Amino acid sequence: MLNKIIMEQTKVDRRSFIKKMAAAAAMTAAATMFPGIVFAAEQIENIPKGGNLDWKKGPCRFCGVGCGILVGVENGKAVAVKGDPNSSVNKGLLCVKGYHQTMCIQAKDRLTHALVKKNGSYVKTPINEALDLVASKMKSTIEKHGKDSVAMYTSGQSTIPEGYVASKLMKGAIGTNNLDCNARLCMASAVTGFLTTFGADEPMGCYEDIDYADYFITWGNNMAEMHPVLFSRMLEQKNNRGAKIIDFATRTTRSSMAANKSILFEPQTDLAVANAICYEIINNGWVNKSFVEKHCNFSKGSTNIGYGTEDKFKFTDKPEAINFEEYKEFLKDYTPEKVAKYSKVSVKDIKYLANIYGDPNKKVVSYWCMGMNQHTRGTWMNNLVYNIHLLTGKISQPGNGPFSLTGQPSACGTAREVGTFTHKLPKGVVMNPKHRELAAKIWKVPVERIPSKPTYHATEMFRAVDRGEIKFIWTQVTNPLVSLPKTSRYRPAMEKESCFVVVSDVFPTPTSDVADVILPASWHIEKGGLYGNSERRTQHWDKMVEGPGETTPDAWMTIEVAKRMGYGDLFPYSKENHVEEIYNEYRQFHEGAKHGMAPLEVLKKESGAIWPYVDGKSTQWRFNSKYDPACDNGEDFHFYGKPDGKAVIWQRPFENAPEMPDQEYPFWLNTGRVIEHWHTGSMTRRIPVLHRAMPNAYVELHPEDAIKFGIRNGEKVKVTSRRGSCTLPASINERGLPTKGQVFVPFFDESLLINDVTLDAFCPISKEPDYKKCAVKIEKV
Amino acid sequence: MPIKSYILHYEENKKEVLMSELCKFDNCEIIPAQTHAVIVIVTDTNSEEEDTELYNQLLEIKGLKHLSLVSGFDAK
Repeated sequence: MLNKIIMEQTKVDRRSFIKKMAAAAAMTAAATMFPGIVFAAEQIENIPKGGNLDWKKGPCRFCGVGCGILVGVENGKAVAVKGDPNSSVNKGLLCVKGYHQTMCIQAKDRLTHALVKKNGSYVKTPINEALDLVASKMKSTIEKHGKDSVAMYTSGQSTIPEGYVASKLMKGAIGTNNLDCNARLCMASAVTGFLTTFGADEPMGCYEDIDYADYFITWGNNMAEMHPVLFSRMLEQKNNRGAKIIDFATRTTRSSMAANKSILFEPQTDLAVANAICYEIINNGWVNKSFVEKHCNFSKGSTNIGYGTEDKFKFTDKPEAINFEEYKEFLKDYTPEKVAKYSKVSVKDIKYLANIYGDPNKKVVSYWCMGMNQHTRGTWMNNLVYNIHLLTGKISQPGNGPFSLTGQPSACGTAREVGTFTHKLPKGVVMNPKHRELAAKIWKVPVERIPSKPTYHATEMFRAVDRGEIKFIWTQVTNPLVSLPKTSRYRPAMEKESCFVVVSDVFPTPTSDVADVILPASWHIEKGGLYGNSERRTQHWDKMVEGPGETTPDAWMTIEVAKRMGYGDLFPYSKENHVEEIYNEYRQFHEGAKHGMAPLEVLKKESGAIWPYVDGKSTQWRFNSKYDPACDNGEDFHFYGKPDGKAVIWQRPFENAPEMPDQEYPFWLNTGRVIEHWHTGSMTRRIPVLHRAMPNAYVELHPEDAIKFGIRNGEKVKVTSRRGSCTLPASINERGLPTKGQVFVPFFDESLLINDVTLDAFCPISKEPDYKKCAVKIEKV
Repeated sequence: MPIKSYILHYEENKKEVLMSELCKFDNCEIIPAQTHAVIVIVTDTNSEEEDTELYNQLLEIKGLKHLSLVSGFDAK
């Protein structure tokens, strides 16, 4: 009897605890939507408190915002997560993903030991034996087929040390540029946009811009779901001091609903609308003449540049200087009246946007992410938004500037700064002899070993696997067989016996399903590391808990393989301190006022520091001599990325998408993300709270299209393109609302693979695929 | 035995009506926001069927604009 009473009491306590957790999760989620929201005080007091937990600081595992988190550790286990109030990024806030992140560690199907495929079955194998096999296979493949027959495909979620040792192994030790990463799929167009306009990568401003801007204009960017904490900071400014949010997009989302104004445009016509805004700025005399004369050049590039849908596609832009009058003449094709006809944006709304940018008394920040980057003219789109800010001189000042947001937590810190792309080195590019010399000096390798030509970008890398050119591939911290476009081609390619596949991951995925060797990786807080977020902020964390079984940090697995291949002298790091040792070596690449990185001691104490870190201080606004010590031209602004110190205003036309709706495939397909899930869902779908909140993918339809096809909410709809099909439940007037003639599908669900349907067309300059536009038909099933 | 939490968005000036409707449900805790048109609710039911029935009843309440599920647990 007593036992029964105790059991019942335990049940009641557990239910009561779960109810408090559920309430706390909802209140936290509400706080990200409505900053400063206050709930009844007695309920707040009931939220489970930390007790005697040991709170350890770090950055969030998920998106590119880079929120500071505090992880509560008790008896060696992570039991709670809260926002770090000392982090200037999130000021204690977290989104629903951030709040629940550590709950995935305990998933029942966690990869805890290495698995080696033998006779078609996976056999549990000691980690050292598996690493021996990886090294010997990599070495023998090089001996037999040459160094360009092996490849690594890493991630914008790799830590800085992980990216660094991958680059050093491939480029410095082996001597191949067969290294690329999934950041190619999310922000390569941002990089080429920055490089072509400014000659220097990454945003010039910082998140503090939010506190000063009068207007936030979001270009194809659903920040309420993708960058929720930053969006909540914007909403706070909207509520407190009347800042305005203008959502410019192809689909009505939670961001549109919270914005002051939502303007919808026909897919791909953002190019024309941006040019129309520039036309209006010039036509109305809103150009900041002295700024443009002192700090800008004008250029045009090649046109009709293709879409990369064919294998071995090559393109090199041919920039040509033009003058202001020629640029003005070009813009005559982009009057608001002309553009309104095909963009479906009214003349009034185009002029409204131009007015905001053109008003010298209003501060404006433009934000974008995948909408502009995953675009077959992604580099151009980035250039065009920079044009608007350069023409008006609204740049590099608190509250004024273009701000390209990243998707992944270290797309900036690792992929872009360490340089885990085929063409990159930790400083500069492989094509530049001086950059190769610096890398060779720091890596202590002969300079001739670093090849001067880039090889495969992400899409082409998997095409090369399909063609049988790449015979060994090692993927780390990424799940390409869910995230690549046109997985209907690349899944069978990876299954071919011609390529030996090694996958390092924390959980099984459709990519590990085709692996020959699966290596069990440590999760985020089971290792130390560094990430770099969207605002150039580098953040460090120490290992917080032990990982299960033989899980091992990715950086250490790369080092172990390098040693086994005979490169031990290049990787003299210790298991205990390799993060610190690697970071200190890496920092040498960026010494100086333009990109100096903060010392590790500073990063250990503070919630990150923004580079350039000069004389003990973060640089919040680059290129502005008031804030940036690297400016040395004696002027207010200095775009020192370019040899003449001037930014470039680019003449870039509107060009159609490679595949547009037609009679056979009459709908646009747009794909993207949802707030509950991180990318391919391998982590968040193992977090029960998030999985239950969003258990499966769906297809959003416009209500009129749904009526036309006789489709009701929840009914199965088959979405078919020229490449494949995917059948999903319909969603009408729920989370988001696509425009008529468009459908939207999130890509997080590995059991409903929408990327079997997407097209692998990409921006010829950045090689970033366009996941936002292809033609499909729909059928009620 | 599902436990779920939702964010409930309601039409302006409908808070009192909505609150009195929500109070009629025994298996529903209500946490109103003091500064925004939002109420957090936590439902606690004995079965999936009961949970679905309650969810459908919530959707019927007049003045409700949007009901957004945040978390769900099965507290067996």
